[in-house]
Amino acid sequence: MAMLEVKNLGISFGGLKAVDDFSVTIEKGQLYGLIGPNGAGKTTVFNLLTGVYRPDTGTILLDGMNITGKKTIEINQHGIARTFQNIRLFKELSVLDNVKAGLHNHYKYSTVEGILRLPRFYKVEKQMDGRAMELLKVFDLDGEWDYKASNLPYGKQRKLEIARALATEPKLLLLDEPAAGMNPNETAELMETIRFVRDNFNMTILLIEHDMKLVSGICERLTVLNFGQVLTQGETSEVLNDKRVITAYLGE
Amino acid sequence: MNKSKVRIQNSITYAIVVGCWILVQIMDKTGHMTSLLRGILVPLCMYSILAISLNLTVGILGELSLGHAGFMCVGAFAGAFFTKCMENVLPSLQLRFFLAILIGAAVAGVCGILIGIPVLRLKGDYLAIVTLAFGEIIKNLINVMYIGLDKNGFHFSIKDTMSLGMDETGVVIIKGAQGITGTPKAATFLIALVLLLITLFIVLNLIHSRTGRAIMSIRDNRIAAESIGINITKYKLMAFSISAALAGVAGVLYAHNLSTLAATPKNFGYNMSIMILVFVVLGGLGNIRGSMIAAVVLTLLPELLRGLNDYRMLIYAVVLIVMMLFNSSPKAIELRSVMLDRFRKKKDSAAKEAA
Amino acid sequence: MSFLSYLINGISLGSIYAIIALGYTMVYGIARMLNFAHGDIIMVGGFAIFTVVSTMGLPPLLGIFVAVVVCTVLGVTIERVAYRPLRGASSLAVLITAIGVSYLLQNVALLIFGSNARQFTSVVTLPNLKLADGALTISSVTIVTIISCIAIMAALTSFINKTKVGQAMLAVSEDNGAATLMGIDVNRTIAITFAIGSALAAIAGALLCSTYPSLTPYTGSMPGIKAFVAAVFGGIGSIPGALIGGILLGVIENLSKAYISSQLSDAIVFSVLIIVLLVRPTGILGRKINEKV
Repeated sequence: MAMLEVKNLGISFGGLKAVDDFSVTIEKGQLYGLIGPNGAGKTTVFNLLTGVYRPDTGTILLDGMNITGKKTIEINQHGIARTFQNIRLFKELSVLDNVKAGLHNHYKYSTVEGILRLPRFYKVEKQMDGRAMELLKVFDLDGEWDYKASNLPYGKQRKLEIARALATEPKLLLLDEPAAGMNPNETAELMETIRFVRDNFNMTILLIEHDMKLVSGICERLTVLNFGQVLTQGETSEVLNDKRVITAYLGE
Repeated sequence: MNKSKVRIQNSITYAIVVGCWILVQIMDKTGHMTSLLRGILVPLCMYSILAISLNLTVGILGELSLGHAGFMCVGAFAGAFFTKCMENVLPSLQLRFFLAILIGAAVAGVCGILIGIPVLRLKGDYLAIVTLAFGEIIKNLINVMYIGLDKNGFHFSIKDTMSLGMDETGVVIIKGAQGITGTPKAATFLIALVLLLITLFIVLNLIHSRTGRAIMSIRDNRIAAESIGINITKYKLMAFSISAALAGVAGVLYAHNLSTLAATPKNFGYNMSIMILVFVVLGGLGNIRGSMIAAVVLTLLPELLRGLNDYRMLIYAVVLIVMMLFNSSPKAIELRSVMLDRFRKKKDSAAKEAA
Repeated sequence: MSFLSYLINGISLGSIYAIIALGYTMVYGIARMLNFAHGDIIMVGGFAIFTVVSTMGLPPLLGIFVAVVVCTVLGVTIERVAYRPLRGASSLAVLITAIGVSYLLQNVALLIFGSNARQFTSVVTLPNLKLADGALTISSVTIVTIISCIAIMAALTSFINKTKVGQAMLAVSEDNGAATLMGIDVNRTIAITFAIGSALAAIAGALLCSTYPSLTPYTGSMPGIKAFVAAVFGGIGSIPGALIGGILLGVIENLSKAYISSQLSDAIVFSVLIIVLLVRPTGILGRKINEKV
């Protein structure tokens, strides 16, 4: 069974069809790319998949379960986590606490236990610290665990967002322009990390990206979006050599 | 890990409170205690509790509430009503006061939930103005409320004492705008201080727990918090109602420190809410110890320097504006970070020279 | 007849709310901030007139002129000193600062004029209108208030639609980034908005104090908050909305004072706000603004 199966997804804003008849199938463990010119509707697709917007048409199946029209928090609990194009970290919290916030639904104790500092508080907090540090290590952020998130350099903020998303133990990870604003070295390093995450966390990943080096380097399959519609989809190398794709990016 | 840092910080906060108690005891024994000072000991604790609890809403949850005095009002009346009704049933004043505190907290907390459910759907400025509206509505309602008790039970009216229709055994408990008269003066500095410590314990432990993290993540970025599966409504409501319940405790304390309790614009109005907000802002948004210190300093200063009393509110206003400009204006933030960098560099080069 | 007189007084009170609400709604539409101190500018206007007319014994029209000048300068100064540095800061910071400004104005007035209520001499000296053989008396202040409100609305609407500055205001309220790119000086436009709003507050002050002739440093605070309710009611950012919201609110307040309870009238007005925000958060004529993800 496919990890994500989207059929005929569509939404319009005030008469403008932002996404129209969008379908995609992503297999478990795949590294899938969503590309297209600016304003093609890529982030809107992410917002539809994560319940920020309710689709007008279409269905979304996650690992066989219909999650169409569910709320953002439910969708996260069913197994989709994401990062944002314009980084959205918990700025005033420490790097460690950002990840621990991501662990919220998997390591539990009640508010009363927390206030009264009952034994379970110490036990669960210790487990959370351990798990969060493990995740930070993957992204080479463990040295900065007690920094305020907003004090991290830009590239590390992007990584922290991925770590926080992974902390929610998703089945499918959506990355919205993970390499935006990174230099070539950082991008190369990020590619390694994304691959590492896929292999070691058994993750299915869908990413939006403009950096063609990253896309051709790690994505196995691509969907190209143009004016809210699917222009083409298939193996990365085929898609990138497609005349229509080149035209869409560069114009006639 | 950073747990130990938190623990040290919290211990300092508790130590300050205990230290104040010791200081007061010493002053008392050595005869340095003036009656003026003695009179404001309980209010100092009360203002501290109010500031700490409001900081939970404004600093930790990140929503501006302008109706905090409303919750204090609810707590005060619920608590005083209870002690007044139970006068003959429970002769022990201490026990009645203890129960009144629980009842005041519970009633204010429930009000917090009832008001929070609609209010917390709103954002920013709207939320602030609606909390203000609720605060005023609560005050208004209490001012027209008449409740009496006779052998047939409670009587209720929103017109006057006569329309309560009680028999000759009847006693009016809440008398409209005149409020409740003859509340027992049960609050002592020690009790107030213990309540302050409990408030600190609840709020500090809440912040540094799973729940606190969830609340602060909503403050920092609501959309991201939703995306990682945090239940926004639940945690907003939780922070709001705990904050309201603690304000209720402060209200019970207030009611049992005076012999008459009436809801006037001065004690439970919008000005009171603003005054508490000033404490919170001066002490630092999200800084619990700061709220407490600011509440004490800003209450003590005008009392001690009588000449300042006329300028008290003026000073509050200037403090608010200057603090906000200094802390939040983009230019000031930039300037500070530049200064900080320069300072760091100096320190670094000094360290290098030393090495 | 008594119902009619309550209704007319309600419309008159509502007209004052509407004039004040204009200040809120324009500032909110353009600077995206709730200028909490707006109500206190009314009070400053009131004291300016009081000083000129009652203390110096000069004619009322001169008093209104002085009040308009004082309030305009004050509004622009407040914007420059307290609000402009916070552009781009969180809305919480801006709102708290505005509350600070409101507090500051009240307390400066308290130091200068004291807390005792001053008897305000009405700026309207025309005779009252008697209708239906004296069964219905409409005071001249009431009539002047309603007419002023209509005149101000008409003038403001044509100012915004017909002048270059007005168009700039519309552009800034639509998208201030794009307006900057089109060569509009956003800071100047916001300052002009504050100037207009504050000048209107001075006029509202004159009318308010003529209707309710007792003037204290807190005179502006409650009408200010209620006018904000009116602005929200009508749909914040909308000029006709301010008119509709203001008048509805004035009528609701006066009728509930007359027929329900005078002590509860404020509570009823605030309940209206809460109900409106819950049922239709954008008000009667407001637009919905979505947060971009």
